[in-house]
Amino acid sequence: MSRADQTDAVWVNKIIPISTVDGPGARSAVFVQGCNLRCAYCHNPETQTLCRHCGLCVPGCPSGALSQNGSRVVWNPVLCIDCDQCLDVCPYFSSPKVRRMSPQDVFAEIEPNLPFIRGLTVSGGECTLYPSFLTGLFRLAKDNNLSTLIDANGAVDLSLFPDMMNVTDGVMLDLKAWDPEVYRRVTGVERTQAAENNLRFLSSQGKLAEIRLVCQADWIDVRQALDGAAKTIPHAVHDTPLKLIAFRSYGVKGEMKDVAAPGLSEMETYRTYAESIGFTRIVIR
Amino acid sequence: MFDKKQAFDVLTSKRLTHEQKLMSLAKSAENAFDVLEIPEKTRQYFASGVINDLFEGGAPYRPRYILPDYERFVREGSAFLQLQPPRDFDELIFALMIIYRHVPSITNFPVYLGNLDTLIEPFINAESDADVVRKLRLFFTYLDRTITDSFCHANLGPKATRAGELILEAEAGLQNAVPNFTIKYDPDITSDDFMKRAIDCSLQCSNPAICNHQANTSPFGDAYGISSCYNILPTSGGAYTLTRVTLTELAKIADSADHFLQDLLPEVLRLIGDYMTERIKFLVEQSGFFESNFLVREGLIDKDRFLGMFGVTGLAEAVDMLLAGKGFVYGRDSEADDLAEAILNTVESVVNSLDAPYSPLTGGKFLLHAQVGLDSDIGITSGVRIPVGKEPDRFIDHLRHSGRFHKYFPAGVGDIFPIAAHVDQNTDALLDVVRGAFSVGVHYMSFYAADTDLVRITGYLVKRSEMEKYRQNEVVLQNTTQLGAPNYDVNRLKDRKVRMSD
Repeated sequence: MSRADQTDAVWVNKIIPISTVDGPGARSAVFVQGCNLRCAYCHNPETQTLCRHCGLCVPGCPSGALSQNGSRVVWNPVLCIDCDQCLDVCPYFSSPKVRRMSPQDVFAEIEPNLPFIRGLTVSGGECTLYPSFLTGLFRLAKDNNLSTLIDANGAVDLSLFPDMMNVTDGVMLDLKAWDPEVYRRVTGVERTQAAENNLRFLSSQGKLAEIRLVCQADWIDVRQALDGAAKTIPHAVHDTPLKLIAFRSYGVKGEMKDVAAPGLSEMETYRTYAESIGFTRIVIR
Repeated sequence: MFDKKQAFDVLTSKRLTHEQKLMSLAKSAENAFDVLEIPEKTRQYFASGVINDLFEGGAPYRPRYILPDYERFVREGSAFLQLQPPRDFDELIFALMIIYRHVPSITNFPVYLGNLDTLIEPFINAESDADVVRKLRLFFTYLDRTITDSFCHANLGPKATRAGELILEAEAGLQNAVPNFTIKYDPDITSDDFMKRAIDCSLQCSNPAICNHQANTSPFGDAYGISSCYNILPTSGGAYTLTRVTLTELAKIADSADHFLQDLLPEVLRLIGDYMTERIKFLVEQSGFFESNFLVREGLIDKDRFLGMFGVTGLAEAVDMLLAGKGFVYGRDSEADDLAEAILNTVESVVNSLDAPYSPLTGGKFLLHAQVGLDSDIGITSGVRIPVGKEPDRFIDHLRHSGRFHKYFPAGVGDIFPIAAHVDQNTDALLDVVRGAFSVGVHYMSFYAADTDLVRITGYLVKRSEMEKYRQNEVVLQNTTQLGAPNYDVNRLKDRKVRMSD
């Protein structure tokens, strides 16, 4: 058991008691605040940055759940009606509706869900920015026989955190893009070696639970990204689950907010391509 | 008494099928008799809606629910029906089609069709999967179009069988309201793969519902079936009768929670016990059923395996009413749920103190049943369910609530949950939830996909498309559409909280 240690605490955006879309079976899903990428298609843009307490969202709050207390914006979850006006007006891709929580705090909220779930998934934001939080939380999960999954953007080299990986059963790794130019345009940052390192490292550990790729022909080099992944882990392509996610503009605040979604037939061409280079466990979402 | 005007209205209706007219007229005739001794006080409670016998009629001449021993019928055939034991799959289906036609019930249709997978399993060895599925589809469609009443139930499980899997495959491709299916689920017996197929089927066609096998074996061991609308009853037997107390109506005349608990409730429960005793005695001693019916004579049912079901409904609104002014709400506030528990503890202890005649299987007791409702129930939520619109925000809290209150009802109780359509992509998740639910005491649950045509009303299935026809005054095949449409509208069932949408 890890000690209650405030240095392990992070800002938590949301905890979903039973999620059906964050890995196999019923899982509790924890979304932490703060990301190192600025993806043009980000579907939960309000998790990207930490609140800077500018107060812009306070006057428009219809239920009085937000107030300015000195230099800080304070959120009262009891009064909040989840209308999300604060998220709509925030120019910084953040949210005032976050709670500072230690691994113990988070686990205490998950505990009542135990008989109904088989595992815990942590997503974000980018949760791998907080390896000591993840280590502490996953130790508690393991003590309670939960499987542990990380939803990662791939921009943090996970091999640097062996304690965290020891208590992590698998990582769902987002490819984002392959070509450095395309990657920079989509994510807003430079592509590093982390993406390929993670593929190799996780695959060698048997912890590559899934490769994900959001697809949109004008923005993402889908075929090149699939090729890149396949060449990086040639022995594991056959067994690694691949999830091809059709870009959707719902909830998007970034540059791609007005971009059209690919149709099912386009997605099927990606599936066919993935099959042609050796992927076998492919799902389209 | 015979209501001449009502009978004439039925006779000349343009909204009823011939069969529906026939049965309604038969009921009018039955109600012309005044053979039961009913005290004035009981009559008053009937008039105010506190007691309701669910249209059983004035002179019971068949048990309400009958669960024949179909295994024996298949093994031995029937002298009365002039049928030899079936030798192959075609003969089996043929034999079942014949006997179902002759199993009476309160609806005049069979409410229980047997544990179909285990009945079929020995007969399909020589058949290909495709042939079995094709024949099952014809069989099921025959049942749907001739048993024109959704209070009809077939059972599956708990063991995975090839027949069970093929039944699910056949059923998933149909969008039939009849029969209802329930799978008996025991995590120690039922394979995950079979359950995932069942759940997948359920998200496609709202069948099967899922019964907690371990929890429901306590009253009668393995020899139980799920019939009609979530009634857990002994096979080779059934229920003589079912009368219910509508707690909501009783709460209306209570001065206080104490008055309700100490005085009114025990009085009403005793009167119901007396009333059911009258019914059972007439049925057993005078109706001639148990002396003459071939099901009895051929050993397919046994009087000693029948019982009286003691129905309870409308707990939620009763509790809210008794706590009026304090602002506590059933299903959301612990103060309300604690009062609900106190009410059910009283119900349980009073009902268990009553003597039920001709009920050796239960040691001479009535068995409690969470009654799911009537189309005329307005502002009365089924059994111990939480009203639509007041469900806890979290599915888990809802399930824990169900678990807390299901244990009082050995003769059946259940909850219905619309599930987000995308969960069919992750049936493991719903299986995890079912397992969790059963581990916290849920006895029975059913699902339908939030976007499906087939919706569960109180326990039975009705098609949204058929309800729409009925609302346009068209004649519809199934009489449960007539029950379902007003219930769906009045109780705002379209607003049921969709679960697992995250």
